[in-house]
Amino acid sequence: MHSSYQAIVVGTSAGGFNASQALLSGLAADLNAAVIVVQHLPKQANDSMISLLNEVSQLPVKEAEEKEPIRPGIVYLCPPDYHLLIEADRTFALSADPKVNYSRPSIDVLFESAAEVYRARLVGVVLTGANADGSAGLKIIKQYGGLAIVQDPGDAAYPEMPQAALDAVEVDTILPLAKIAGKLNSLIVATGKDHE
Amino acid sequence: MDDTQDLQNVQIELAMLAETVFRKYGYDFRDYSEAHLRRRIKHAMQKLNAPSISALQHEILYDKACFDLVLKELSINVTEMFRDPSFYRLLREEIIPTLKTYPFVKIWHAGCASGEEVYSMAILLKEEGLYDKAQIYATDFNARVLQQAKEAIFPIELIKEYTANYIAAGGRQDFSDYYTAAYDSIILSKSLRERIVFSDHNLATDTVFGEMHMVICRNVMIYFNQELQDRVVKLFADSLCYRGILCLGSKESLKFNANAALFEAISETEKVYKKTGRQ
Ligand SMILES: C[S@@+](CC[C@H](N)C(=O)[O-])C[C@H]1O[C@@H](n2cnc3c(N)ncnc32)[C@H](O)[C@@H]1O
Repeated sequence: MHSSYQAIVVGTSAGGFNASQALLSGLAADLNAAVIVVQHLPKQANDSMISLLNEVSQLPVKEAEEKEPIRPGIVYLCPPDYHLLIEADRTFALSADPKVNYSRPSIDVLFESAAEVYRARLVGVVLTGANADGSAGLKIIKQYGGLAIVQDPGDAAYPEMPQAALDAVEVDTILPLAKIAGKLNSLIVATGKDHE
Repeated sequence: MDDTQDLQNVQIELAMLAETVFRKYGYDFRDYSEAHLRRRIKHAMQKLNAPSISALQHEILYDKACFDLVLKELSINVTEMFRDPSFYRLLREEIIPTLKTYPFVKIWHAGCASGEEVYSMAILLKEEGLYDKAQIYATDFNARVLQQAKEAIFPIELIKEYTANYIAAGGRQDFSDYYTAAYDSIILSKSLRERIVFSDHNLATDTVFGEMHMVICRNVMIYFNQELQDRVVKLFADSLCYRGILCLGSKESLKFNANAALFEAISETEKVYKKTGRQ
């Protein structure tokens, strides 16, 4: 049985602001899935980033809040300096746990937690970045039956992170950034409407 | 077996593990955030080579050493001095002037970890001329970190970051006035420790803690589920005097809390609240 996707988790690091902007600006206004973005950022950067992303995104963009219910059609940004976890009841939990591979938030931590909850109804996306965060998490998403999309390293501002993901995981789709939003739109629309 | 059942089974196994820990060892993690438990227990399973949560539960029941490791895995003590400098700046500029009008001030740090937050407060109170009429109670449920807190010895490589935080928090002195360096550590000056009492207190199982003017509980409740967060906020309200101050971590809030009405916001950004008269 093919299940519809309920959430998209996106991980990006160096070069991530432009990449997130490009990705979000292409997402359809009626996208029927939650979009959860982890980006490695300096501590205070989130507010300005959120308002800039809101200008280009048709979906509302906000910071993920502790205990907030996760809803489709909203883009959530992980707050800086916390890990983001997903509860089984589909609310967010923040964590002040130690950094993982020098990062907090860690893409791997979100991807793993989301995979355990959304299972086959999850899409993981790894974009530009200068480290290897996200590969381990993407692998877990695949293990739970989710879908893995990676930005073509040749197209990425910083190819290391997408390349590391490709080295670690048998991914489903490799695309240039400009085509990823369209792919997500078609995936969600193609199977959409019949959630649960 | 379908997906939702798998997840349900994990939830059942986690709940049973927490029940075992509580009945056998008295530590109550039953109302901790499940996502957090899932992550930490998975770590413990990897470390102990346990093939399943249930297998780990069995080991915990019969092997105290295994429990000790799981307990360590479940207590996250990450902290720093003057974490979120803007919070300390707000205390300095807006809260302390009010506290200064009282003849005596009682402050409770709940979940103080190894004490960095408490000593930051001590420095702040000293610089604002409030330390000598303050009594600080610092509690945690982890005996190991409380011991570290009492010793007030911290690794020297953190000093650079702490100094930057201190300055950003509006520090009035040289940060180095507050410690002596020895080899690879620093020890905080004795005068900072005089008015602090460290003790064991578990927010999940223990009760009200005296009549406080201010409660600081930062980055502790994020590890709790909503029910326990609700209960603990009530516990804080009951531990505070009229118009007492409650300070939470910068990404915590009362937004989804059942007892939010017991408080009103002084600063939504810095998560500083004031107890209202309502009950
Ligand atoms: C992440 S640390 C936060 C330390 C400090 N307040 C800060 O913000 O930097 C969380 C602390 O809460 C303590 N803690 C967790 N559960 C607790 C409970 N039920 N009762 C008391 N303390 C608890 C842990 O032992 C740990 O020291």
